[in-house]
This record gives sequence, structure tokens and C-alpha cells, in this order.
Amino acid sequence: MKDVSFGQYYPVSSYVHRLDPRLKLLFLIAYIVAIFLASNFYGLAACAGVLVVIVIAARIPFGKVLRAVRGVVFLVIFTAALNILFYNGETVYASWWVFDITKEGLIFSAFLALRLVLLVVCSSLLTYTTTPVSLTDGVESLLTPLKWIKIPVHALALVMSIALRFIPILMDETERIKNAQKARGADFESGNLLKRIKAMVPVLVPLLLSAFRRADELGDAMDARCYTGSGKRTKYKKLRFTWRDLIAFLVGAALIAGVVLMKIYLPAPY
Amino acid sequence: MRIVAEHLSYVYNAKSPFATAALRDVSLTIEEGEFFGIIGHTGSGKSTFVQHLNGLLRLPSSLKRRKKRPKCKKGELPPPETVLRVGEFDLTEKKTDFRALRKSVGMVFQYPEYQLFAETVRDDVAFGLKNFSAEKPSEEQIDGAVKAALEVVGLDYEEMKDKSPFELSGGQKRRVAIAGVIVTRPEVLVLDEPAAGLDPLGKKEVMELLHRLHREWCKTIVIVSHDMDEISENCTQAAVFSEGRVVCVLPPKELFRRADELTALGLDVPLTAKLVSALARRGVEVDCDFTTEDFVQNVLALWQAHGGKGGGA
Ligand SMILES: Nc1ncnc2c1ncn2[C@@H]1O[C@H](COP(=O)(O)OP(=O)(O)OP(=O)(O)O)[C@@H](O)[C@H]1O
Ligand SMILES: [Mg+2]
Repeated sequence: MKDVSFGQYYPVSSYVHRLDPRLKLLFLIAYIVAIFLASNFYGLAACAGVLVVIVIAARIPFGKVLRAVRGVVFLVIFTAALNILFYNGETVYASWWVFDITKEGLIFSAFLALRLVLLVVCSSLLTYTTTPVSLTDGVESLLTPLKWIKIPVHALALVMSIALRFIPILMDETERIKNAQKARGADFESGNLLKRIKAMVPVLVPLLLSAFRRADELGDAMDARCYTGSGKRTKYKKLRFTWRDLIAFLVGAALIAGVVLMKIYLPAPY
Repeated sequence: MRIVAEHLSYVYNAKSPFATAALRDVSLTIEEGEFFGIIGHTGSGKSTFVQHLNGLLRLPSSLKRRKKRPKCKKGELPPPETVLRVGEFDLTEKKTDFRALRKSVGMVFQYPEYQLFAETVRDDVAFGLKNFSAEKPSEEQIDGAVKAALEVVGLDYEEMKDKSPFELSGGQKRRVAIAGVIVTRPEVLVLDEPAAGLDPLGKKEVMELLHRLHREWCKTIVIVSHDMDEISENCTQAAVFSEGRVVCVLPPKELFRRADELTALGLDVPLTAKLVSALARRGVEVDCDFTTEDFVQNVLALWQAHGGKGGGA
């Protein structure tokens, strides 16, 4: 578990950690809507500002947040570059063959990059501050209406929680197998891309086998305890909506309202 | 190769809420030629320590810049200097040749059978050989080395070489995995819980295998275990770990005289040591080195000395 920052619960106690997971999920959705609704600089700045406040309230170190962004830096740069080159704007700064670099293109790309970064930070904040268990409880509870049309929400939530639980386990396992192969002289750090991919074979084969073995064992263990997923199940931790959640709800609603208002009254894109 | 560690500390996930100090100021010397045992309660840092020996865990780089050691205030003692030497390799140096180090220090992890990956036993055993050779070894060289390694772990080369490692029994898999480590003839062989998960006969066989390796292949053997009987029967020296520290380093014979201390650390003591202290409480002093054989002989001798009808045991 050395450097897995994306999607790992960060165990400190904070206002954000204690929020109802359902509310956090809804807030995330609202936030994503807000960053895509925001069509000008003020709207995005408001979104970014709210996020900074959340990070501080969640007591997550900024370095940790930046590390989550590091994972998508390549994607952000790539999409931004494509947009700079291909966006059809009016004020042309430079032009070469079929590519035009325009003022509008630059602005659009900057907005897009910022949106992507905000998106990643906000979603990783959700997993930093919410344990997998309460996250799946939240998802299950929010999806309850789907039960009425016979969708197996509980089973889906279970699949999700098992998947989340297995991420750190498999990370650990990868580390262990890598170490074992390193002890036999495997080299994962040098050579070109093809060589590095080939070097992963001695890790991936045992990893896959162990994942299947674990899945089998888990299935057997669940069978042995007569788990069927049907019937009425009670919860160890009941979700409850409190005043904390109300405040967060109001902040989220205010953000969206603000962004929409800015969209209407401040139409300039920057 | 002599292994020297002084003031070695290690923290997992330093500077995060997950931080766990796994080693605290460990100092330990393992002489060449020893069959060294490391025992301790679960989580006491045994695996962490042995993973330092071939550079799988590295010292934090702050320790390596020796010239720029942190200045300390007047009157305070400077923090003790960390030393970690394995033979001629100095792991506190900035540039350590990890490949050469790993070639001379073989490491068998816990449940090594889960690292098998190749299509045939021969390919799997040859993996380390190919990785460590300076130039590509010829097929004959590979065959020769794999054959020798498989035979020393007690497997038949002709029968095994083309089998898939996944169709073997658990004990066979473990032997193949060990063969895959010793195939490069490391001078030091480190094994983390080599007998874990085997039945008593399997355990005995693995231990016999290790003694054979100790005689014929690897000068120094280090095993990690929490089975006291295993340590007392096999090792020449044993170090007791507890909560990341080394409590003591003694030959097992001396160690188990302190059965009470060990029990206080949450460790089990070998059956023989338990019997010795049970007998001592009833006033019968047995002097033995805590191997089953020696114990039996001493007790028999005592019994005969009492005319065949002694003791309350
Ligand atoms: N990869 C890791 N990440 C974080 N903490 C770890 C990691 N490996 C070990 N630890 C922690 O370090 C401490 C020492 O672990 P270590 O594996 O060295 O113990 P051990 O003596 O080998 O135990 P066992 O007998 O159970 O194998 C434990 O508290 C453990 O939780
Ligand atoms: Mg261990």
C-alpha cells in the first residue's frame, strides 16, 4: 500500500468525514453538474473555491489531493492540447497547416482542463472521506427506488463493496509478488515500454491466479454462512440525516444556484 | 558474508495517518556460516527486517547522505549512525548494486508457491538464472543449473521439467519455488516462514532440505519463524523480535532457559522447554539443549539413574 492515493480512504476525523454518504454522493453529482454548467470564469472559480473549502474542512493534506490529480495529468494535457489545435475560433494567434491556435480555443481548453481537474479532485475527495462500506450503503439507499422495478440493488451494492474492498488487497498482493520476483532478479524499472510490459508477466500471472483463488474462497465463505442476499437485512450502521448534512445540502444548492445565476448575468466566458 | 545491522529503523507509510514503526533501532549481527533463526510474535517486524537484507526495503535516503547528517544541538548526543552491511555491500551507500546483492542474497518469501508463473517448471526455475546472468546463458548451462537446483530440493529433473508448476502438489510447488531462488547459488539464503502451512511431515522435510542446502549450497541460512520447536531443533543462533526491537540474540540452548521471559513476550516455548520447566517445578533438573533427541536421552539417562522408577513426570 505504498503509493495508492487514488480512491483510498484517508482516516482522519472531520466534518466532511461524518457527513451522510448519501448526501456526499448527491453533492458530488450536483457539483459535477455545476462544473459543466459553469460557462464563465466566475462560475468555475466559485466551484474551485468551494472545493478548496471542502478540502480544508476534510483535513486532507493538499499534497494528497495533488497526488490524485497526478494520475490524470496526462489525460488533461492530452485533451487540452487537442482542443487548442482543433477548436474553431475567430481570433487566430498562430496557424500551421490545418491547425489554428485561437483565443477561443485556448480559453476553452483551459476551462476543460480545469473542469477535469475539479472532477477528479471532487470524486477522490468522496473516497478519501467515505469508507467503502458507508459508500456502498449510500449507493444502495439512493438506488432503492430501482428495487420497485425489480433491479437487484442489494446485489449490485454488494458487488461494488467487494470490488472496493479488493482494491487494497490486490495492491498489497501486487507489491508482494513484485518483491518476490525482484528478489529473483526481475527488473521493472528499466528498458523500453515493450520490455517493461513483458517484465510484468511474472507479476500478472500469479496476481490473476490469486485473485481467482480469493474470489473462490470468498464465495465459499459466503455460502458457508448461508448468505443469499434476500430477505430483510438490518444494518450495522444506520444512515441518518442530521443538521450537518443540512448545512452541506444548503452549500451545494447555493453553489448550483450561484453558477446558474452567473451563467445568466455574466455571460462573458472569462 | 557477514550481515551487520546497527540502529536500523523502519517506518511504513511514513508521514501519513497509516504510519507504523516496524523496526526500532535494531542491531543484529549474523556471522557467516550460521543457521540463524528469527522469532517473534506476529507483527514484530521479522519480515520487515529480512527484506532489508537484499534491498527490497531501502533505507530512507536521508540516512544515506552521510556527510550532511542533521546537525544537533549542543549537549545532545548525535543520533546513532545506521549501519547495514551484507558482506561487502554497504546498503547505507548511495549507489548499491542491487542486482549483485540480490544474486548473493537469495530470498524465499512466505508461501513462495504463489509466485510461480511460467509454463513449465524448468522455465520457472530458470527465471532467476536468466535475470542474474551477465550474458545470456546457453540452453545447456540452464539445463545443468536447473537440474542441480531441482535435485538438491529433492525433485526429479526429468519427471518435473516439462510439467506446469500449477499442476503440482503444494509441497512440490514450494520446492520448485525454493529451487527457483537457489538456482543462482546465493551465499546467503533467507526464508520467511519456510514451513508455514505444511503438515508435520512436510515441515520436517523442508527443514531437512534447509540443512542439506546449508551443507552444500549456501553458507549462511536465515529463517523467520514463529514455531519455537523449529528454531530450537535447527538453528545455531536465534534472535527474538518484539514490537520492532531485538530482545536478545542467543543460541537456542541458552534462549530457552529463559522460558518465562519468552512467555511474557507472548511467544510459545518449545515443548521440550515446557517439559523441562514442568520437571524443574517438581524438583527434577534436566540439563539439555532443548532438541527433542537430546531431551529424550537426558530424561532416559535420569530415569535409569533413578533405577527405572523415578520422577513424577
Ligand atoms: N506493506 C506494509 N504496509 C504497511 N504496514 C506494514 C506493511 N508490512 C508490514 N507492516 C506493518 O509493520 C509491522 C511489522 O510487520 P512484519 O510483516 O515485519 O511483521 P512479522 O514479524 O513478519 O509478522 P508475521 O509473523 O505476521 O509475518 C506490522 O505492524 C505490520 O502491520
Ligand atoms: Mg512476516
